[in-house]
Parts: sequence; structure tokens; C-alpha cells
Amino acid sequence: MASRKELSSVSSSGMASTGGTLDSPVKQVQIEGLVVMKIIKHYQEEGQGSEVVQGVLLGLVVDDRLEITNCFPFPQHTEDDADFDEVQYQMEMMRSLRHVNIDHLHVGWYQSTYYGSFVSRALLDSQFSYQHAIEESVVLIYDPIKTAQGSLSLKAYRLTPKLMEICKEKDFTPEGLKKASIGFENMFEEVPIVIKNSHLINVLMWELEDKSTVADKHELLNLSSSNHLEKSLQLLMDRVDDMSQEIVKYNTYSRNLSKQQQQKHQYLQRRQQENAQRQSRGEAPLPEEDMSKLFKPPQPPPRMDSLLIAGREQDHLHPGGK
Amino acid sequence: MSVYGPVVKIHPVVLASICDSYERRNEGASRVIGTLLGTVDKHSIEVTNCFSVPHNESEDEVAVDMEFAKNMYELHKRVSPTEVIIGWYATGFDITEHSVLIHEYYSREASNPIHLTVDTALQSGKMNIRAYLSAQMGVPGKTVGVMFTPLTVKYIYYDTERIGVDLLQRTRDAPSRSKGLTSDLSQVGGAAARVQDMLTTVLAYIDDVLSGKVAADNSVGRFLTDLVNKVPTIPPEDFENMLNSNINDLLMVTYLSNLTQAQIALHEKLVLLS
Repeated sequence: MASRKELSSVSSSGMASTGGTLDSPVKQVQIEGLVVMKIIKHYQEEGQGSEVVQGVLLGLVVDDRLEITNCFPFPQHTEDDADFDEVQYQMEMMRSLRHVNIDHLHVGWYQSTYYGSFVSRALLDSQFSYQHAIEESVVLIYDPIKTAQGSLSLKAYRLTPKLMEICKEKDFTPEGLKKASIGFENMFEEVPIVIKNSHLINVLMWELEDKSTVADKHELLNLSSSNHLEKSLQLLMDRVDDMSQEIVKYNTYSRNLSKQQQQKHQYLQRRQQENAQRQSRGEAPLPEEDMSKLFKPPQPPPRMDSLLIAGREQDHLHPGGK
Repeated sequence: MSVYGPVVKIHPVVLASICDSYERRNEGASRVIGTLLGTVDKHSIEVTNCFSVPHNESEDEVAVDMEFAKNMYELHKRVSPTEVIIGWYATGFDITEHSVLIHEYYSREASNPIHLTVDTALQSGKMNIRAYLSAQMGVPGKTVGVMFTPLTVKYIYYDTERIGVDLLQRTRDAPSRSKGLTSDLSQVGGAAARVQDMLTTVLAYIDDVLSGKVAADNSVGRFLTDLVNKVPTIPPEDFENMLNSNINDLLMVTYLSNLTQAQIALHEKLVLLS
């Protein structure tokens, strides 16, 4: 059972969920300080009510590193014509940014998360379309609650090649997933992040340190973290409930399937008996009817949902268990 | 430093953006200008966002792309509808005549815009960040001019921003100017070490005062009494009990989560097998 270890070093051997090195085109993500601050600010100002805030990452690819040099936020989905608005907004933003010499190559997107759970159908679809278009794109997940506790929580994920295959085929049946042997651990791979600043920004940092007060970041040492723990546990319980529902669905499906197989079998046998009787009586045998028309096979439930739910459970487990 | 006028509170995001756009300036341009966005209060102006505006500057004329500025502002407004144009910024140390023209343009967009200068060329060895308000001066009716009055500048952060900035500050120590994100345990250790350092400093100061080396300062003394009184008086056994029961809770949660994890993994394997 692979466990997602926390990021601990700048080594370029990836921290993929399989525990080995990444065999993807991106081995490291290098983020500029500016991007980090913009993401934090965006969540702080606009994200208090709704679930997620999203935005686009801009940058370029250098060797096997993905450099993220700038980003811009997306407006919230409040109006109904959100779809058209988005594309136009993006186009305009990129065009304008090009005038001021900011890299305008789309390399990914970022999203904030609530207590660490981010595995959802929408995310999967978005990341798939991004990765399909641009090989090296990543999704940055920013956890504001964990950050407020004292340590910046920013992670970069990509879809594993196996999962990309499955999404391409859109084959979410149990057989398809079994063929590719995907478990929830192989869905996403994590890419290590490095933060890099230019010299000028370093000067700025010195200046700021001079003029600002000492930070009060002792929430890390706070012994009474119980309400966060409670919240995480609650979300975990919800996910387990969802999971058991999915399991029940799957069980009913397999039971239906086997019942149907039995019925088919019986029908065939009866048919054969009748045919034998008719033959003995010298009559023409009844035609073999199309089995499939009689017995429509039950739909296998898409297993993607249960995979997602399992992934989400994992998310809750790790911040929860200190 | 004159303090007539509102206090300007800047978020570090703005300064980082300005530095970044300065680094990306076109060939031949000596400085960069842009718009400042934020919110205005009665006594303070909070600058929360900015974007750069392309402009051309030569000896005798200056051209600013106003269309671009308007467009960008519209786009930004879609994301954060509460931000308004509150002024403009320019990199560089001095205020030139061109600045006056640009300032006039911005006075049309916002009432009483502020002008921020960021000295990215580090002329005086430090990066000077100053803010100004414009005021009319001169003889009315005859020669009228504009004077830029300085304002106090403060830096404010959201909590999460503060943590982000601290992480960034660590990058300047590393020789390659880059740093990975640290794991949870090392951060807890770091925070504990910091608290310990602070306590050592305080203790050293108290020793000095007691032995007469340093004159006692009343305000510091008051802070110290506050500090000592903040620690609640609990008998040590009770404290130990509380701590232990807390640890027991955490251990139970860890156990349950490991159990769930094992169950999920088993489930996956079984599904793949069947």
C-alpha cells in the first residue's frame, strides 16, 4: 500500500504515489514567489464563501522542469453564461499579458481545496483536457486551512499515463479499469515543487523583513487542533458512507448479472428441450431467438466514481493522522 | 515625514508584481508604470493588486496605452469586484515631469490617486518604496504647479500571506536561490526552536536588568508581567492528564485512519482480482 509521503527535499527523483521515479516529462515544478503570493491572495479575498477558487498558471518548460512564472485568477461561476465568458476572459487576459512581456504559455491551472479533498470528476476532466493539449501541465492544489496553521501547503499533481489512457477511451467499466490495473493510488502523481526567486525579489524580501513585525506563526505548536481534526473526520465519514453506497450498487449489479446468467441458461435449456421434443414430433425447430434482445445485460456502474471517492478518502486520511 | 493624509497599506503581492514587471520591461525602457488597485478607507488606502501598463517615454513626450489600462481593469474587476483604481506606480527614484502628466490621467480615473515609486535600480543601496499624493501649489491664477506630498507606507499581510512571505524569505539564504517546501515535522521543530530562541533572549535581558547592566524599562516590564500571567496556573498532574488524554485521542484517530486506509487498499486489490 503506497502512502503519499510529504515533500521533504529538492531531489529530482519524483515523489510519485508509486514511490518510484516519475516517468513523465516533468520531474520538477519551479514556482516563482510571485505566483505563490497571488494564489494566496486570490483565495483570501474571493474564496471565503464558495468552495473553490481557480485560476490559470503561465510559464514555460525548461528541460524537465516546469517553470511557473505568473498566474491569473478566474472569476467565479456566478452567471449562467459562464462558459463563453471564460474562454473570452482567458483570451483577453493572455493577449494583454503578452503586451507586457509576461509568458503567455498556458502550463496548468490551480485550485483551492477544502480540508484537503480535491479529487472530483470536474478536476479529472479539466486536468485531462489540459494534459491532453499540453503534455506537461500540472494542477496546483492550494490548501488554505493547512497554510493558516503555519506551513504553506501547495502541491502539484498530474494524471498518470494509465489514467490518461482510460480517460481517452472513456471506458469506465470495471473490466476496463481492471485491464489497466488502476487503483486509487495510481490516479495522480505528485511532482516536487521548488520555489525560486529572482535577485530583485530577494532584495524586496530583505526590505520587507526590515520594516515588518515578527510573524505570529505559532499555530503550528497549538495543541488544541481538535476542531480541524473533527472536520477532517467528519468529511472522512461522509466519504465512507458514499463508498459503501457505491459498493452496494456494485453488489446489486453483480447479483443481477449472475441472476441474469442463470435465467439465460434456463431459457436456453428449455429451448433445447423444446427443440428436441419438436424434432421428435417432426416439426420444425423454433428459431433461436436473439439472446441479447431478451435479456438486456444490466449496466455496469461506472467505477470511476468509486475510484474518486477512494481518492478523496485518502486525502482526508493524510492530513488527519498527525 | 509628513503624515497628513491617509496611510498607505501595501500588500507584498503588489511589490512582487512591480519587481517582476520591471524585470520584464522592454529593451530601452528605463522604467515601468502601471495601475494600482485596492480599496479606500477613511484614513487608509489599501493596495491589494496591480498590473503594468505599456508606455513609451522619451525626452519630451510620454505615451501611455490607455485602452490597455481600461481593458485590464475591466478584466480584473470581473474577478474581484471590490477593487477600484486608487493610483499608479512607477519604478525609479525620482518624480519626473512625465509623472505629472501620467498623474493627471489617473486623476480622471480615480479621485485623488496616489503615486507609488519603487526604486528598483537601488540607487541609495536600498529599495526605497514611497507613496505620494498630489497637491496643487503655486499662485492661483498665475503659475500653478503640482506638488507631490509623501505619505506613510505600511506593509500589511493576511495571515496566510505572512506564511507565504516567510517561506519566500528562506529562499534568499540558499545559494541557488531556490528551496523546496519543508515537511510538517521540520516546520514544527522550526517553530519550537524559534520560541526557544525568543525565550532565551528574554531571559538574557532579565538577567542583565537584575545584575544592573541594563536599565530597567517599565514598558518591557509590563509586557513581561503580561506574559507570565498568560500562562494559566494548573497543577502539573492535571496538565499531564490533559496532555495524555489529548495524545490518546490523536492516537485513536491515527489508528482508525490506518484501518480505513488498509480497508480501502484491500478493497481495491479485491476488485482488481475479481
